[in-house]
Amino acid sequence: MTAPSRPYTDSPAPDVAASERVAADRSTRRPVLLFFHSAVIWLLIGSLLGLVASLKFTFPDWLTGQALWTFGRVRTAHLNAVAYGWASMALIGVAVWMIPRLVRAPLHRPLVATAAAVGWNLFLVLGIGAVLAGWTDGLEWLEIPYPIDAVVAVSGGLMAFSVLMTVARRRTRHFYVSVWYVLAAMVWLPIIFVTANLPVFGGVGQAALNWWYGHNALGLWITSLSLAAAYYLVPKVLGRPIRSYSLSLVGFWALAFFYSLNGIHHLIGGPVPTWLITVSITASVMMVIPVAATAVNFHTTMLGRFGTLRHSPTLAFVVAGAMIYTAASLQGSAEALRTVNRVTHFTHFTVGHAHLGVYGFASMILFGAYYFIVPRLVNWEWPRPALIRWHFWLALGGIALYFVSLTIGGWIEGVWMLDAARPFGDVVSVTKPYLVARSVGGAMMMAAHCVFAYHYWLMVRRRGPEPQEPAWAEGRAAG
Amino acid sequence: MNRYLVIFLGAVATVTFAFLVLVGLPQEQLADVGAPAALRPYSASEQAGRARYVSLGCHYCHSQQVRTPAFGSDSARGWGRASEPDDYVYDRPHLLGTMRTGPDLMNIGVRQPSRDWHYLHLFQPRAVAPYSVMPSFPFLFRVKDQAEMGDVIVNTPPGLVPAGKVLVARPEARELVDYLRAMQHDYDVRAAAGGGR
Repeated sequence: MTAPSRPYTDSPAPDVAASERVAADRSTRRPVLLFFHSAVIWLLIGSLLGLVASLKFTFPDWLTGQALWTFGRVRTAHLNAVAYGWASMALIGVAVWMIPRLVRAPLHRPLVATAAAVGWNLFLVLGIGAVLAGWTDGLEWLEIPYPIDAVVAVSGGLMAFSVLMTVARRRTRHFYVSVWYVLAAMVWLPIIFVTANLPVFGGVGQAALNWWYGHNALGLWITSLSLAAAYYLVPKVLGRPIRSYSLSLVGFWALAFFYSLNGIHHLIGGPVPTWLITVSITASVMMVIPVAATAVNFHTTMLGRFGTLRHSPTLAFVVAGAMIYTAASLQGSAEALRTVNRVTHFTHFTVGHAHLGVYGFASMILFGAYYFIVPRLVNWEWPRPALIRWHFWLALGGIALYFVSLTIGGWIEGVWMLDAARPFGDVVSVTKPYLVARSVGGAMMMAAHCVFAYHYWLMVRRRGPEPQEPAWAEGRAAG
Repeated sequence: MNRYLVIFLGAVATVTFAFLVLVGLPQEQLADVGAPAALRPYSASEQAGRARYVSLGCHYCHSQQVRTPAFGSDSARGWGRASEPDDYVYDRPHLLGTMRTGPDLMNIGVRQPSRDWHYLHLFQPRAVAPYSVMPSFPFLFRVKDQAEMGDVIVNTPPGLVPAGKVLVARPEARELVDYLRAMQHDYDVRAAAGGGR
């Protein structure tokens, strides 16, 4: 990409920097708010679908009158709504908001990014409608049918155009860590999504393709963009830089190399070549390197500043998310080992792990990002701080209950399944109380989302008292 | 880092490398996998049943892969011999699955050859397996006053349908059961037809 003609500076004068931030936020306001509004709605829809799917384990004859509400479809609609609706749209919103600030250039063609948000919603409405109606490609994470995928390909292209052109017009010499992750994610998603949708595979080869995609949708897309947000927000709120540039570099490149090779650990024990599984297990274990690098970097930056957590909801959510990232990743590395996987594969244990990652890590960071970004876009403060506390504790308590119940229940399920003397009926029955506890955890998360959505609605309608000063430590004045 | 190109090329290189290793190489290695002599392609009805299986999302709770005895109790449970890539040559989309909320179905046609069992199980899983958490699929059936010509009547235990009514399998149920009964992978996989291993 050609270098811009204007002079580069990484450290403009404070007043210049402040006015540039205002200009950057003005340029991103419309598309980012549209991405954010949509993400909140998909979060509500997605969690409702998840809760319905979860309750069906306890009430298997509930909502069985039509194919539309059968477990296999509701569960799949849930996954697509939360992964491609909530997480992806919120993450894109955060990325579109961060990039102009980080490269000191207003968003290029905001209208194009806005059109991308409209198209992305169209994709979700058609795609999730198709899944519920029974029209599916049948591959996990790739259920939405090919013709509808074209809609998201175009929308993603528009979004990438707007972001990449903004980067091309940058006025910074240096790219901050968050920019690396955003740029790489914008390259990775189109490559994996288009490749995985090529209709040239079948049988076992298609299974390999399926999980190369599925795990990279998590690793190279959701994780990358979530880390980009955390790398922006933690130093911003604390007012101190990230501890180590070198660790950031190690974290980034090791993630790029190892995460992309993880996928086949979803097929451990399956009818695929053993060397292939071994490659993915090795790469899964090597994920300890980027995870440790990122963890050390975040936690040493936080050192001595944990008191700030009480004053900043953004930081509370992001730090919780970053800690859960470390935990979920280390768990994932352990889970890929053959001895552990022998027990956990095919059980609810895996479902607990997946939710720890996408909810405990990515969603918590996204909630934190909303609390930071939305005041700067609507020029208002969150009117009811108590609701933020409710949101935080319901979400954290919900995922904790969800994770603990499925981890214990899933492990027992796995151990019993390995014991051929246990009839299969016993294996099913033993999980039932844990699945009830999971539904309670899910209901708490749903309640957290209702609180959050209500508060968000108050916020964008600018309800409540006119803010005299920022309600929270990192409010507008802190930039 | 201050070079766009470094990030861009680095990102392309890592993901391409992963694709070549995880998808490209196995594709190459498995290129000469041929259909075993005893494995026949799905009939039209079985294929339609398979499409129904996919559309209802059965594969989110049932795997179709039997692990080796060293790696689990699959064979000891009577789920069949360890699966091989050859067993899947006709499978699009693949349905290997990642959950066993219900049992593996690679050989369900061997374990349960009875059509009546399958119909009853789909209509009300708890009528045959009281512990089951599987959804019931009443929309694959019709409860009628009287059977007509060509209807497939399902023998039900007392109380499952109102007295004086009959339970009839819709074509969707018949195709699905055709598919499930065709899930028989108990042949010798080494006795290959064309291609071999």
